[in-house]
Amino acid sequence: MTTMTDPPKASFRLSQLIYDTRYRSYTFQFIALILLAALMAYLGANLVTNLADQGQNISFRFLAEPSGYDINQRLIEYDSQSSHLRAAVVGVLNTLIVAFLGCLTATILGVVAGVLRLSPNWLVRKLMAGYVEAFRNVPVLIWILIIFTIMSAVMPPPNAFRGDNATASMVFDAFAFTNRGVYTPAPIWGAGSLVVVLTFLASIIGVIYYRRYATRLLYDTGKLLPMGWPSLVILFLPSILVYFVMGQPISLDYPALKGFNFSGGLHIRGSLIALWFALAIYTGAFIAENVRAGIQAVSKGQTEAAASLGMRPNRIMKLVILPQALRVIIPPLISQYLNLTKNSSLAIAVGYMDVTGTLGGITLNQTGRAIECVLLLMIFYLTISLAISAVMNVYNQSIALKER
Amino acid sequence: MKKTVFLGALTVAGLVGGAAAAATLDDVKARGKLNCGVNTGLVGFAAPDANGVWEGFDVAVCRAVAAAVLGDPTAVEFVPTTAKTRFTALASGEVDLLVRNTTWTFSRDTDLKFDFVGVNYYDGQGFMAPKALGVSSAKELDGATVCIQTGTTTELNLADFFRRNNISYEPVPIETNAEGQQQYLAGACDTYTTDASGLASTRAAFENPGDHVILPEIISKEPLGPLVRHGDNEWGDIVRWTLNALISAEELGVTSANVAELASGPTDSPEVNRLLGTEGNLGEMIGLGKDWAVRMIAAVGNYGEVFEKNIGEKTPIGLARGLNAQWTDGGLLYSPPFR
Amino acid sequence: MSHDNIAFHRKHMLPEAPPPVTETGAIKWLRENLFSSIPNGILTVVSAYVVLTIAMAAAPWFFNGVWDSPSLSACREMLDGRTGACFAVLTERWNQLLFGFQYPSRLYWRPTLAFVLLFVAIAPVLFIKYTPRGLLVLTGLYPFIAYWLIWGGSIVVPVVALLGVLFGAFVYRRTMTASAGVAVIAGIVAAMVFWWAAGAVTAGLSGVMALEPVASRDMGGFMINLMLGVICVSLSLPFGILLALGRQSSMPIVKWICVAFIEFIRGVPLITLLFVANVVLAYFLPPGTTFDLILRVIIMITMFASAYIAEVIRGGLAALPRGQYEAADSLGLDYAQSMQLVILPQALRISIPGIVNVAVGLFKDTTLVSVISMFDIVGMIRGPILASTEWNGVYWELFGFAALLFFITCYGISQYSQWLERQLQTDHR
Repeated sequence: MTTMTDPPKASFRLSQLIYDTRYRSYTFQFIALILLAALMAYLGANLVTNLADQGQNISFRFLAEPSGYDINQRLIEYDSQSSHLRAAVVGVLNTLIVAFLGCLTATILGVVAGVLRLSPNWLVRKLMAGYVEAFRNVPVLIWILIIFTIMSAVMPPPNAFRGDNATASMVFDAFAFTNRGVYTPAPIWGAGSLVVVLTFLASIIGVIYYRRYATRLLYDTGKLLPMGWPSLVILFLPSILVYFVMGQPISLDYPALKGFNFSGGLHIRGSLIALWFALAIYTGAFIAENVRAGIQAVSKGQTEAAASLGMRPNRIMKLVILPQALRVIIPPLISQYLNLTKNSSLAIAVGYMDVTGTLGGITLNQTGRAIECVLLLMIFYLTISLAISAVMNVYNQSIALKER
Repeated sequence: MKKTVFLGALTVAGLVGGAAAAATLDDVKARGKLNCGVNTGLVGFAAPDANGVWEGFDVAVCRAVAAAVLGDPTAVEFVPTTAKTRFTALASGEVDLLVRNTTWTFSRDTDLKFDFVGVNYYDGQGFMAPKALGVSSAKELDGATVCIQTGTTTELNLADFFRRNNISYEPVPIETNAEGQQQYLAGACDTYTTDASGLASTRAAFENPGDHVILPEIISKEPLGPLVRHGDNEWGDIVRWTLNALISAEELGVTSANVAELASGPTDSPEVNRLLGTEGNLGEMIGLGKDWAVRMIAAVGNYGEVFEKNIGEKTPIGLARGLNAQWTDGGLLYSPPFR
Repeated sequence: MSHDNIAFHRKHMLPEAPPPVTETGAIKWLRENLFSSIPNGILTVVSAYVVLTIAMAAAPWFFNGVWDSPSLSACREMLDGRTGACFAVLTERWNQLLFGFQYPSRLYWRPTLAFVLLFVAIAPVLFIKYTPRGLLVLTGLYPFIAYWLIWGGSIVVPVVALLGVLFGAFVYRRTMTASAGVAVIAGIVAAMVFWWAAGAVTAGLSGVMALEPVASRDMGGFMINLMLGVICVSLSLPFGILLALGRQSSMPIVKWICVAFIEFIRGVPLITLLFVANVVLAYFLPPGTTFDLILRVIIMITMFASAYIAEVIRGGLAALPRGQYEAADSLGLDYAQSMQLVILPQALRISIPGIVNVAVGLFKDTTLVSVISMFDIVGMIRGPILASTEWNGVYWELFGFAALLFFITCYGISQYSQWLERQLQTDHR
């Protein structure tokens, strides 16, 4: 290579821009850039002309104006006099709630189903295969609608709970399953409840430390401390003691039938349940496949090697198979979480007021600011997915096989 | 807009819709079809029957415009729109005309850059509740669950009404009237609120309409009317005067039955003559033929006929004329003179 | 050691005894598969109980089903208090579920024929090993025939479109020797010019062999789901390949354009893209033009699918050993040749399962168009059918039917994909 001399500059011809591989890539990139700029300019010019024709403009001032509509499920203070921006924030929080609940439930379902698909039990194996195939091959929108129909058309209306010959009754006098959602008792945080909560948090940390200590002791000395019941004791005993010492500061608010609906307690609306369950069961089917693939990806030799060291089956699972399987399972798992979050935008089909319902739905309709609303909506989802991708990249780097 | 035939053929095939240049009238004539935005399904106002033929009070306005402009009441392409998509469909030129029980409001007329050409139904927002609920007034609805179509003026009125009366409610947002109906019948909400005419129409589709009552309160003014894009005044005039001609025809006693006879020669009523083109040249002033109103009335009838046929007291919907009677009968319908 | 010290010495073999009952046949199978341990046994009993309960509840509902009735109330009367399904809604609204409520009923044969032809056209691709190469011509012709059948109009339109494509491909072939990129651009430009010129020439032929035209907004039902699925997946394949190659490219600007596009599309839900198609896209078109909603939706879904397919193919490209790229280079092949002859055939083969997954996912996602007031099968069910006086309240039969249609299609596709994966295994495992 060192003997090669640069071609003399004088001999540059225009055709080299296409035929000479040294220049060709510059030519193409230049063309690509020009094309992109032209496309952008074209679309931008159209946008400007269209807006001018219709006498409209791009402005985000509507976000500060009163929204004028009410939202049923709100985590923060909101009424029809609040701004559109606040309505959007209420929607964002609702999206995050359903995404969080959905991911949690989907993981549990998926792991259980994935492990059971490899169970030695034929019936369970087939059942789980049926679950996975049934849910993976039918659109999630149909599942959302089916579960929503169960919630709204099969459950009894609140006035079925009324009167002497009520056709429905509350479960344990605490839970009411109605066609408007499920009512459950809600905790009331009295004075001193903070101490109880702090004690409980401290107990969790205590449990973690105890288990670490026990593990270290096992590795150092071979002495095996019991893990199960001491953990439970550490977790609950102090909290219960403090609860009574502080004079039972936390009480429960039971739902009661009042007027048209139940009041008091916690109201989990049918739309939230439909969306949450449908997304969880649907995504759970995909996670089950990931989990199964992950476990099967660990070669049989690993199990046999561990067994030949004299390990018991559940320890083999815990110490040998799972750590290796997780490396395979977690990346697709995270992208399933991402899918679930994006699918939560189907809330609009059942009237759950997530960000697509407030910002991309009612606000868009009432203000007619389509471009602004859709843009904000996209930025929100893009931020979430880029954040999740970033987490995934960090994780992938941290678990990458350290090859030597 | 001139196109090559290849693109033209594609237009026929429906891939590339018609162009919406400034002159809507020319486009409609060139296309030979009127694109009319209507409700996705509201019995009596706009709904396809079992054979897929659109019928209803709003549909009749579309057909009247098509008959006046194209001479053929069936030359209409009905575009079903939801509360959410209707304004975009009109603004983008996907439809030439929107007749979808849309309330005439200040901001829609000005900020959204549309022109309401008139009112074809004076309405107000009401509540419907099952009889079994035992409610006799909307003010007794404290704590009730209310089904409400999103993206409509009714949603805003509802919030105002409950705030003004200082009572609480739980909104259940829904997208279309069909969903609202299902939710309400399933008992997922205590009461359904929309325009009173919409309630009557929805109730008419129930299996047992008698089990449901429409509460007496009307909590808002909802003048429903056809609208067109702002800026094309010529087209706006055509739609406006088509609607006025429907109303005038009833006032003057011109019906689909007698229109042919009245139009055969000048009658002794000058206004009828001007309307039917046997005197003067009103039709040509708006770029249509002399007999535009004749074609239209022969095709769909006058306002009263359209009303009685689609939503009147003899239909399952059973709406009384009320505010929608002619001004001579104590109603609000008042067409400017044809002169 | 002598034999005398042994107390007993068998002189002959014992006859072979049959294995114990618990170790043969059904009982062995039951023991091993259902009752291998106590927890397993409990699990079996519980699952069997659940399955039986569901089956017992569903059986009368299914077998008492009424298949012929004009309305729900009439159907309930026929059932006379028994549990039973009203499948009559399916028979009565069959055409609406499949074709929507506006497609002219006398023309139902056209989409049906197009659907049947789809299998003829797709078979040579699906079973490429078992069918002669020549049949691929059918696949190439299919889009144009199907377009003509479904939308109607003059046959000149699809014929001109086909000739334009052929002309473009011809120009691409001829300019290949210069450079791949130039050839792609030249091919596209040539096709455009051809269509433009042909449009002028065939001006008077719009009535030739014309089928009755049908506007796309008159289409609905399951037909729309199938159409969107097939069209968008086939269109997104070439775009996906280009995007994947662009993302792997060494040219930074091209690479970043592709990365930005892919990540943007993958980061937002399909529903926001449909909102764009529905309410925003019109602002970005030249003033005065409007696209049909269905075309706007096709554009957005194709963009959506392209990004996902690009990622799958990128995975395939990355999985190829480095040696393949180097081998192609060392043979003196240029970029286009090495891609076309060496890299892509292998990369695409690896990517097939992924592509099929994307296709199935996309097909399921076509139901989302019901949210933007298109009457696909879900839109038909939620709108005109459930809102009608006759059929208000008949949920399970309708949703069950829609779910079944999707299940059959998607399960079929995924089974095919698994079969193909086994076929394509070139290693000797």
